[in-house]
Amino acid sequence: MGTRRARWRRLWGDRSRGVLGPWRRIREPRACIRFKCALTNTILDILRRRPGWVEVKEEGEWDFYWCDVSWLRENFDHTYMDEHVRICHFRNHYELTRKNYIVKNLKRFRKQIEREAGKLEATKCDFFPKTFEMPSEYHLFVEEFRKNPGITWIMKPVARSQGRGIFLFRKLKDVIDWRKDGVRTDDQKDETQVENYVAQCYIENPYLIGGRKFDLRVYVLVMSYIPLKAWLYRDGFARFSNTRFTLSSIDDHYVHLTNVAVQKTAPDYDPEKGCKWMIQRFRQYLTAKHGAEVVETLFAEMDNIFIKSLQSVQKVIISDKHCFELYGYDILIDQDLKPWLLEVNASPSLTASSQEDYELKCHLLKDTLHIVDMEGRLTGKEKRIGGFDLMWNDGPVSRAEGNVDTPENGSFMANTHLGYNNDRKKQLKQLFKPLHTQQKV
Amino acid sequence: MMLEQDTGLSLAIAQIVQRLKGSSLHSQLERQARGSLHKPEIKLESLKEDIKEFLKTSGWEKRLQNAVYSELNVFPSPCHPAAPPEHIKEPLVYMRKAQGSWEKRILKSLNSMCTELSIPLARKRPIGEQKELLNKWNEMGTDEPDLTLFRPVYAPKDFLEVLMNLRNPNYENGDQPSFRNHLGLIQVPLKVKDIPELKDYFSELGLNTGQLGIDDSTQVPPELFENEHVRVGQTVLTEQDSAAAQQYVRQGCPTALRAELWALILNISNQPEDILYYEQLKSSVIQHDLLVDSLIYKDVKLTASNDDYYFVFEDYLYQVLLCFSRDTSVLEHFSYNSATPPKSYIRGVIPFHGFSMYVAPLCFLYHEPSKLYQIFREMYVRFFFRLHSISSHPSGIVSLCLLFETLLQTHLPQLFYHLREIGAQPLRISFKWMVRAFSGYLATDQLLLLWDRILGYNSLEILAVLAAAVFAFRAVNLMEVTSLAAAEAVLADLSTLKVMPLLQIFLFATVT
Repeated sequence: MGTRRARWRRLWGDRSRGVLGPWRRIREPRACIRFKCALTNTILDILRRRPGWVEVKEEGEWDFYWCDVSWLRENFDHTYMDEHVRICHFRNHYELTRKNYIVKNLKRFRKQIEREAGKLEATKCDFFPKTFEMPSEYHLFVEEFRKNPGITWIMKPVARSQGRGIFLFRKLKDVIDWRKDGVRTDDQKDETQVENYVAQCYIENPYLIGGRKFDLRVYVLVMSYIPLKAWLYRDGFARFSNTRFTLSSIDDHYVHLTNVAVQKTAPDYDPEKGCKWMIQRFRQYLTAKHGAEVVETLFAEMDNIFIKSLQSVQKVIISDKHCFELYGYDILIDQDLKPWLLEVNASPSLTASSQEDYELKCHLLKDTLHIVDMEGRLTGKEKRIGGFDLMWNDGPVSRAEGNVDTPENGSFMANTHLGYNNDRKKQLKQLFKPLHTQQKV
Repeated sequence: MMLEQDTGLSLAIAQIVQRLKGSSLHSQLERQARGSLHKPEIKLESLKEDIKEFLKTSGWEKRLQNAVYSELNVFPSPCHPAAPPEHIKEPLVYMRKAQGSWEKRILKSLNSMCTELSIPLARKRPIGEQKELLNKWNEMGTDEPDLTLFRPVYAPKDFLEVLMNLRNPNYENGDQPSFRNHLGLIQVPLKVKDIPELKDYFSELGLNTGQLGIDDSTQVPPELFENEHVRVGQTVLTEQDSAAAQQYVRQGCPTALRAELWALILNISNQPEDILYYEQLKSSVIQHDLLVDSLIYKDVKLTASNDDYYFVFEDYLYQVLLCFSRDTSVLEHFSYNSATPPKSYIRGVIPFHGFSMYVAPLCFLYHEPSKLYQIFREMYVRFFFRLHSISSHPSGIVSLCLLFETLLQTHLPQLFYHLREIGAQPLRISFKWMVRAFSGYLATDQLLLLWDRILGYNSLEILAVLAAAVFAFRAVNLMEVTSLAAAEAVLADLSTLKVMPLLQIFLFATVT
């Protein structure tokens, strides 16, 4: 096995160098791709249905593993992986996804930009609400708090998701009490370690639709950090709060958190009711209300959030070639149509809440696997695969053919299509057709 | 001949002048004219011409034009001066009678619900309740009143039964029902357009004309059609010309311009007096509770709130529909509507199951409650009312049903016959689409493209054409079904359909 692989490599070269003759594939044709999957939802369905992919039992060797982050933490460092093997997380993704680390990385990145390109350029990093780590930055937080009396803050645990352990406050007294208070809420009883929290400025003027607050879930696929190669999915959705937005009820946990996970436990939650809008519908709604130009600007600012956030962790994340990661970005829009980054999820929920949601996630995951390309069908020059558009390839990617435009050139149009029509089936057919005919030769 | 035309024209002018007299536009024009007297360009010798010129350059003439155009669109052309008012409502006696007995049935049903539940038709709210409602005005959707005992007064299929039984007593067919005769459910002899006439009527939808909904798809470079179309739209808006806007939207509205274009066509400008009128309606909602309100609540909860896209607008729907049910100016349209408002109510439109879906799509375009209200009211008095009253009007639901059945029978006879044989009369499936103007069945962006054309052609006939086009599109699958339930299943989900290609293919690309 080992010598055969080495011979292929000598003859045909490394995939990462992009060597591809017109009559041969660069990857070793495999009889089947052995996969393991730690989840039991949509991703498992997709993997099982993929032609030529076979699920391996507990101890078997695998070529592809859709793992969960706990396995990664315990096993990545002492697992040998052949060159072709792929795994769906980066070793230290938490630099991007844990609330206290992303803050640190963004602050550092911002300073770097300010040094290199000036104050104006650095403001492009101002998409993350002011955040302070607790308890280490408690005094800095108090200073900021006193400077802005009356605004609302949100306290979030760094590591937990699905809206647990979060509360809002306006008075310093609430924080002081909470600090002193040894007794935490019920859902902390199972945690034995001391947790870190962050205090974040709460966005009090969210954009409302029908009187309801919402956030956007957008999918970004990163294939490598060095060089940075990232894809943006055209579909996504707006998640609505079931209740009307008002600041007067800070204790109403359910109003402020728009995560579907929390909405599900709200008293008037109706599982039959979709609280999501596909992002295409959202984009159309905004265009009808504000005009196309304003909406273009908003979406361009969101592109900026994705790219800058990834760039800020580029140097700290271990860019192992075996790794890729599908991130779920949570974005909040305020009334001035400024987008804010709330959070980046390394394990965005793949459980479907409705038929439409199921289809979205199926297509998202299928296209992710197309890009990972275990089957070795791609040339590496593609700018679009299914519903994914190549957003960053060690530099901005232009929509125009041949990459003639640059951002300095006035007519640069970014190759992102968030909220556009996702005619992925057609595109995939066209994409894979020439490769199939090549095979036959 | 000429004399008749002249009298017709002068009669029309007289009627329009009569209607516009005393309107706020009239007083504004007078005020403007009077104000212009101070201007240097107005000279005493040529007073009339100078004032006319002033009104032209300041855009007031255009506003008057738009108002006249609006009147022409909404009100029927005057017939013989001696025609009685009932004749203007509806010229055919048997239709009037049928509408009358349908109304009686609805009222009876409503009254018996009242008695059963021992709820008054209307009551004044106590002050405490009024205050509470005022506080909750922007979030009435959070209210969860007990509506289990209320039933919708009727559903579209009940109405279809009534239409199926319409007969013209003066029409004796004589023939035995055979394949040559009309095989559908509607058995009244109204004139409907055939495909050559429709091709002519909807000529702007032809294959050689650019369309939004087709020529703006991602594969088509925007320079070919979309950019120019948007530019023309912006010009139309700058000129504020209703008639031009109506012509323009036949090719579809760009998303960013749609709200303004529709407002221009419907001649809605949201003047202070309009806002005031809406506020007055709002206060009458606060003061009185009507039985009809519970029906509205129920309808919204059952339909719009359960829709994946419209649930967000629940609160707006209450704010519009509760006011609408108290709006006496809507009564005005009953002069050309075959229906008559019941005498026991403040006004007359009794909501049926799905009524709130007329309003829901408009929430995508208008966010300010009083403007949303006016747009909806105007859409109702121009179009939607025809979908649930019995009349002989070419855009009335009876004509639409007949048009649908005729198109299907003429151009897809095999399909029609097959469906009829298995007990799946096509109209039974398409009726609910047409009654709701496809709201809730099509994806929102497609629905708005369809409603663009309703406004552009000032007619609802396109609903029947689309219904036939949908059947044509799914004909292959429909030929294989063997029951009504299976046919319903094939046509259950229209959310992926693209409206404009379907219409184009059916009208212009099918061999007849």
